[in-house]
Amino acid sequence: MAEAHPVHGEVHRHEPPSGFIRKWIFSVDHKVIGIQYWFLALFSVFVGMIMSLLMRLQLAWPGREWGFLKTLLPAAAENGTISPELYLSLVTMHGTIMVFFVLTTAPQGGFGNYFLPIQIGAADMAFPVLNMLSFWLTFVALAVMMLAIFANVIDDTAAVGVVGPIGGWTGYAPLSALGERAGPGQGTGVVLWITSIAFFCVASLLGALNFITTMLNLRTRGMSLLRLPLTCWAWFTTAVLALLSFPVLLAGGVLMLFDHIGGTSFFVPAGSYVNGQLVMEKQGGSVILWQHLFWYFGHPEVYIAILPGMGLTSHILSTFARKPVFGYRAMVYAIFAIGLLGFFVWGHHMFQSGMDPNTAIVFSVITLAIGVPSAIKTFNWLGTLWGARIRFTTPMIFSIGFVSLFVSGGITGIFLGQTAVDIPLHDTYFVVGHFHLIMGVAAIFGMFAGTYFWFPKMFGRMMNETMGKIHFFITFIGVNCIFMPMHIMGIAGAPRRYSSHEGLAYLGDSFMPMTKFVSIAAFVTIAAQLIFVVNLVWSWFKGPKAGENPWEATSLEWTIPSPPPHDNFAGHEPDVHHGPYEYSVPGAEKDYTMQTDPERAKSAGD
Amino acid sequence: MGTSITTDVKVRPVPTGGGGPFDPGDPKDWPPGYSRDDAREPAKYRIGMWIALGSISMLFAALTSAYIFRETKPDWISIQLPSSLWISTAAILASSISFELARRALRLSRHALFSRWITLTSALGLCFLIFQIVAWRDLRAQGVYVNTNPHSSFFYLLTSLHAVHLVGGLIALLAVTAAALRSRIGFRKRNVAEVTAIYWHFMDALWIYIFVLLFFL
Repeated sequence: MAEAHPVHGEVHRHEPPSGFIRKWIFSVDHKVIGIQYWFLALFSVFVGMIMSLLMRLQLAWPGREWGFLKTLLPAAAENGTISPELYLSLVTMHGTIMVFFVLTTAPQGGFGNYFLPIQIGAADMAFPVLNMLSFWLTFVALAVMMLAIFANVIDDTAAVGVVGPIGGWTGYAPLSALGERAGPGQGTGVVLWITSIAFFCVASLLGALNFITTMLNLRTRGMSLLRLPLTCWAWFTTAVLALLSFPVLLAGGVLMLFDHIGGTSFFVPAGSYVNGQLVMEKQGGSVILWQHLFWYFGHPEVYIAILPGMGLTSHILSTFARKPVFGYRAMVYAIFAIGLLGFFVWGHHMFQSGMDPNTAIVFSVITLAIGVPSAIKTFNWLGTLWGARIRFTTPMIFSIGFVSLFVSGGITGIFLGQTAVDIPLHDTYFVVGHFHLIMGVAAIFGMFAGTYFWFPKMFGRMMNETMGKIHFFITFIGVNCIFMPMHIMGIAGAPRRYSSHEGLAYLGDSFMPMTKFVSIAAFVTIAAQLIFVVNLVWSWFKGPKAGENPWEATSLEWTIPSPPPHDNFAGHEPDVHHGPYEYSVPGAEKDYTMQTDPERAKSAGD
Repeated sequence: MGTSITTDVKVRPVPTGGGGPFDPGDPKDWPPGYSRDDAREPAKYRIGMWIALGSISMLFAALTSAYIFRETKPDWISIQLPSSLWISTAAILASSISFELARRALRLSRHALFSRWITLTSALGLCFLIFQIVAWRDLRAQGVYVNTNPHSSFFYLLTSLHAVHLVGGLIALLAVTAAALRSRIGFRKRNVAEVTAIYWHFMDALWIYIFVLLFFL
């Protein structure tokens, strides 16, 4: 398509780098960086999944000795059992790795980097070198996080019997600010953990700056704001959220590092009594301060994880329903509304912190208000599907799965947004079920949908549909079998973060069969992910060749070869004449109108 | 190529958020070595800089909230204001003024004048940093360390975070100065000078904010 406008639109042509290192390692090409982010997330998701596997083993068979653990974790599980401390460190690292290095990384750093410039018709991101820097800072952050797993190698008096800090991914003070006396992994482990997160914050900020500037400044001719694919709006809003929330986490992280290294007391109150010791040298700090700083970041972070998935789902549903997105403008405004409201609800994570009930009500009302834009999105997705001749491809069914998980996970958000319901449920498996469905699995489904949808563009080959569908059905049924029972257990009072529920009189043994069921469902679902990996590798080398536009889609990435050349549009800027979702336009010769197609003569109906 | 061009560039303002088509002006007016990418540059750097400032503001806003919260606790003891901070404050205020004078000279294409003002700006920037270090040394000499009391903790934290950000601006400033002294201010360096000015003024305002927060509130 780009060859159609040879006269105007000459841009500075970028020659591709020739050396291996400049081309694949320290590349400034947004496409290579996108793939690097994506693989970083793939590595991380497997580390995180192995940790969840170990947790599920312990929960279903508490105290059992596992021979393979002696080889896998010789330092942390010498005798092959999972101690309560080891379990807590697994909880911490699973959460941290998944939230930061998977949910924040793949949808934004991966797909956003690869496709935002192409979808707006640009040759690259606004600041390519900065882009490279943000990937490599993320890489350093991951390396330091991996180091936290082996903190005892650095400091052999610390972190014995654990694989990192034991304070959870939220790193609540004061235990996170007191060093090794608050438990194994809380000294060197926490220092490495918070250093890694600080690196990650800086990397995300550089990335966000790049995304926002790119979308505002590098749109091609005719790409007005309301002709942008919804994916671009989602990445843009996500970038704004990251830009304004990561600095707050960074501030908290710096304060925590000062507490550890500088001997200050920002987070430790006077008279703290920990593990039989009175903390003498620190006073005047506040544990609530950490919670405020953390959740002021933490809640927007939830949307950082899910918004790109929402954008992708809208994009894919429209493509395979062969219908325009129902209510494009409403979808854009709903994304904004979710992003904006997301900054005023952090207090709903702190209902149990002794918050004034009047304050809690304000947080509660704003939280429930997020249900409105969320419902707008859900009904618009259903409206897009309504009456459509749907093409049930793998990306499509993953997107439909996203809608399903978004609803099941979102409904329980309405429960938890109310103080009276949150207080009894807060520290139970109900919350674990809730956030895994919506923030974890729904976001992951967005990533799967994106992978199956864009793989042909990224690697020039189609993925296998049969394997994709098997992958979908096992995963979809699997995650519901894992997380639905958690809600029931939570209502019955099963506490989260415990390494075993044995000996809790009010639970008795009644939930043991359900716990075992959840564990087995988790093992099956984890195993099914190998189908995805096999599909990925097989398709990369052996998949049928993909043409320019295998899905008959309309946005700009489908006007260029698969995989795209180094500077995307071969030195030209595409001209955009249409919105992104012109499917089944009456009177058009085919059922999709590319964004670059020349303008039709206006008919009476237009 | 093209880095030593000093002709004034006529570029129509690039639409940034309005969604209108991008218009780089008439290529006949472009100097040699100028491309469509270059025509976008001024707006690109300006947008990028304002976004970065938004993010830095959030960092210091978060620390301010922590400061206000911590100040109410009984173990808060105020530290003495080190007198060298007055000098550093004067230096950074003066540097903003000289940067503006440099910028005006650049717009009038008076390059010798620009070089002089921008060199003075760099010198004042370094002067600021030196007197910040003197303030730290003075406090250490009095036995006031980062963990002495919460006020000193915040003092070291805020001044060092500000210094880290300022050093970034200083590096850009020194690069512009070096180019100016070798009279190599082309349109690309001009962009750098323009956004560095925005950043530098922000660093100035941020310092005044921190100074007032630490000692006068």
